Amino acid sequence: MTDMPGPAAPARRPRARLSGTVLGQLLRRPRAAFGLAVIAIMVGAAIFAPLIMPHDPFEQSFDGLTLEGAPLPPGGAFPLGTDLLGRDLASRLILGTRTSLIIGVLANGIAVILGAGVGITAGYFGGWVAGVLMRFTDLMMAFPALLLAIVLAAIFQPSLLIVALVIAMVNWVQMARVIYTETRSLTERDFVQVQRSIGSGHLRILGAHLLPHLLSSIVVFGTLGISTTVLLEATLSYLGVGVQPPIPSWGNIIFENQTYFSTAPWLVFFPGLAIILLALSFNLVGDALRDILDPTLKGRH
Amino acid sequence: MGGYILRRLLESALILLGITLVTFVLLYLVPADPARQIAGRSATAETVANIRDQLGLNDPFFVQYFRYLGNLLQGDLGRSYLQRAEVSELVASRLPASLLLMVSAIATELVFGLTIGVIAALRRNRMADHSLMIFSFVSISAPQFVIGILLLYVFAVKLGWFPIGGYGTFAHLVLPSVTLGFLGAGWYSRMMRSSMIDVLGQDFVRTARAKGLARGRIIARHVVPNAILPIIAMIGIDIGLFMSGIVVVESVFGWPGIGQLAWQAIQRVDIPVIMGVTIVSATAIVIGNLLADLMAPLIDPRIKLK
Repeated sequence: MTDMPGPAAPARRPRARLSGTVLGQLLRRPRAAFGLAVIAIMVGAAIFAPLIMPHDPFEQSFDGLTLEGAPLPPGGAFPLGTDLLGRDLASRLILGTRTSLIIGVLANGIAVILGAGVGITAGYFGGWVAGVLMRFTDLMMAFPALLLAIVLAAIFQPSLLIVALVIAMVNWVQMARVIYTETRSLTERDFVQVQRSIGSGHLRILGAHLLPHLLSSIVVFGTLGISTTVLLEATLSYLGVGVQPPIPSWGNIIFENQTYFSTAPWLVFFPGLAIILLALSFNLVGDALRDILDPTLKGRH
Repeated sequence: MGGYILRRLLESALILLGITLVTFVLLYLVPADPARQIAGRSATAETVANIRDQLGLNDPFFVQYFRYLGNLLQGDLGRSYLQRAEVSELVASRLPASLLLMVSAIATELVFGLTIGVIAALRRNRMADHSLMIFSFVSISAPQFVIGILLLYVFAVKLGWFPIGGYGTFAHLVLPSVTLGFLGAGWYSRMMRSSMIDVLGQDFVRTARAKGLARGRIIARHVVPNAILPIIAMIGIDIGLFMSGIVVVESVFGWPGIGQLAWQAIQRVDIPVIMGVTIVSATAIVIGNLLADLMAPLIDPRIKLK
């Protein structure tokens, strides 16, 4: 009886319990777990930025440039090198984490609320309300997104809030379309019709009966949307119409230093890597959430 | 079918009309005085006022809008404020470069995307599949300016295989096309992989296998052609991505297309040019979406037009 597979049987229970929670399921998938780890590290870096930055990110250090006035390569006192003005790149990247996350969460939050609001309203009320709202959504879909964002950013003086609003204005459309389609099919189902016939108010039906069914789509597309937002913020800042220096953003670090990229490639490489890692992580987690929360959607293979 | 096409054409026209209005309102709000720009810094107040009058900038908003719309319907996009040229001429002179870049980017993303998708599907859940899918995730998470600058650094500065920027020869075309097609390659590889796996599980594949056809032949003749069909229908949708992408890619590589034209016009607040490029881009996007919708049922008769 010594070869009885003893440990196998008890091992099942905790695993089953762990897989019961969404977080547990995410952690069991290597890609999603990697994404969550990166996000956790970046959130930590953003919160504790003042404690972990090796130098003052705004200080134009004399030691930060070579005798000829060129930026320093990675190594020594400046772990990731310095920028054109002799500022510590590592510290600027760490502080830039704040910019990316704040705009990512803020812009995406506004886009999610706006998109879901438009989608639910159009899907539930139907008729001319849906006609007007969804035609407007179609119109926004046909806009070249980046051009629209650049024009908007050029009209208003870019501040963190304005950049977030501009990004939200171009990013809510996808969410609106997904939620609209789902709400429409839900509205035709019996449980909503019953609520209507017993005289429940619109707000009660929307909030208590429709919203819970829509939550998984909102979470999935909300997570994937942060990735789009991070990329758009970086692109706007790279073009000089996003977050304005001296506030560091990964995009504007590349914008400020790009003329030197052939001699100082680390000034593009490290911020670029940071942008890709953060956007990648939200994509990985969002993709896993789609598998976990909504098995009826495509792309499960 | 005829009725459907007619309805979609009408809808598209309305969407474009809406886009002219929204763009016009936005650019009307831009805090810059075009008359002052044209006249220059040293011009007298009188000259500026005259120019305002000539351009009709003192007219009420809707008078200005309908005048613009009337001209637009006759194919007149107005004159650039800063360059002595018609906007339609500027756009027409830049369009071929952008079209060349986009066609070449479509070829790039299809070649890479489809190849990766096929390999990943055939090696499903093995090492090659996992690595390729991670690559495709990275490619949809990478901003185009980063990819562009890194490609420039490695292949132009370090290896010297391609020129650092500019336009003219095939060598100039390679890096911008890869940069613009990089994102699409990621999307296509994921779609192709799903599509391949769908087709591999279907009955006719089992039949082909049962009657003893060689694996390579089944895949080349039966699986891949069927799996590609739904993906080809998506190409029209790419135009939307490209219209945003070319602004960045053309600015990184100094490519003289409409993306660069738009970007320069935005920096100098040359409103008629911004307006013109936006309308031309939006028209391209609307046509692309329309083509994608119309092609889907032609390629796959199981999809019905609604």
